[in-house]
Amino acid sequence: MRITQGTFSFLPELTDEEIGLQIDYALQQGWACSVEFTDDPHPRNTYWEMWGLPMFDLKDPAGAMQEVTACRTTYPQHYIKVNAFDSVRGFETMRLSFIVNRPQDEPGFRLERQDVQGRVQHYAMKAYSNDQPPASR
Amino acid sequence: MTSATADLPVREPAEKSAVKPDMPSVDLVALFRESTVGDVLAELDRDLVGLTPVKTRIREIAAQLLVERARETLGIASGAPTLHMCFSGNPGTGKTTVALRMADVLFRLGYIRRKHLVSVTRDDLVGQYIGHTAPKTRDVLKRAMGGVLFIDEAYYLYRPENERDYGQEAIEILLQTMENQRSDLVVILAGYESRMETFFQSNPGFRSRIAHHVTFPDYDVAELIEIAEGMLARMHYRLDAEARAAFEEYLARRIRQPNFANARSVRNALDRARLRQASRIFADAMQGGGPSDTAALTLLSATDIRASRVFDTPPPRPV
Repeated sequence: MRITQGTFSFLPELTDEEIGLQIDYALQQGWACSVEFTDDPHPRNTYWEMWGLPMFDLKDPAGAMQEVTACRTTYPQHYIKVNAFDSVRGFETMRLSFIVNRPQDEPGFRLERQDVQGRVQHYAMKAYSNDQPPASR
Repeated sequence: MTSATADLPVREPAEKSAVKPDMPSVDLVALFRESTVGDVLAELDRDLVGLTPVKTRIREIAAQLLVERARETLGIASGAPTLHMCFSGNPGTGKTTVALRMADVLFRLGYIRRKHLVSVTRDDLVGQYIGHTAPKTRDVLKRAMGGVLFIDEAYYLYRPENERDYGQEAIEILLQTMENQRSDLVVILAGYESRMETFFQSNPGFRSRIAHHVTFPDYDVAELIEIAEGMLARMHYRLDAEARAAFEEYLARRIRQPNFANARSVRNALDRARLRQASRIFADAMQGGGPSDTAALTLLSATDIRASRVFDTPPPRPV
């Protein structure tokens, strides 16, 4: 199951050139780009691992692309996303975030039901890809 | 301006006549006009006094890039040329100023994608402890991507007296990026000539990766006077004939003194003259000299210049 998180996730995979153009757009808006990766595609997993620090003062996408490529070589089977952070007062948040790498095979999620207090049911989503302990997945 | 070439286009090879009518051809003159690089070159000639070898080299580079672009339109591209440069010359000969212009020239010629220049020194590249240098250098390189990285006093990167110096690590990363990402970044090194020579001797890899070694010559007195007048005009001051003569004499003495830093010394001398002028006008006014008009406020007189310490020493022996 192809996960759809962030901008452009319903589109076909972006090529490197298109990623560069998007980063270029973000830089032109004055947003700072950063690269993050994870192996847990759960939608509530908001805080992915940081690949280095956010890159402030960039003028050209080549610098950010370099980090994307480096992260891809290290974690080819992880989800990798590029975030663009707007530091303008009032926003101070991500303005753009899109996935630039995903594992070859995405097993999807299973729904877990839990009985609590009488007939009440709690639902939980678990990613199949996280069934294994971190070291072996 | 001494140079009469300001309005001439870049000297282009006379290949037009050789082109056969049925062959595809490119109008270099049109390309030149389109790139508006002529304006930058003319500006360069107008604003920078002297520096003939530097201007010649910039024209050559501009011509090369234009021809390269023309070749590209005909599908005979040979890949972007390497444009890393080294500016060597004595203090105050305009290395930084020219580097700033270089970013403009390269941008208009479409060689770099952004008109920006990141100016760094050793402190920005070299870290303070093990493992600090590589991320720091990479960060600077990332910031400079798409534009020009200007490394001032580049010879400080290499400290031969300390073999565990982290500068070597910065140099290695720099060399690697200069080689692998030639299309993303132009590196300009600057430094005093003798020390740059030692630097290249101990880092032979650097010399071979730099295509253009440009030497900045010292200015002579006439050029320095012209520079001074340009500076004064921008600050809305003027010299009268007497003051000009005094300043010429001042420069003739100052040039022979140690630590003469060309245009920078001129600027400092003028700043001190302005200081003396201000205190002179103020003292006059306090003694009931009446209100000062524009002419008085903009004029640097000979007394302002002759009060300099430089005139205390005996005059130079005639050469």
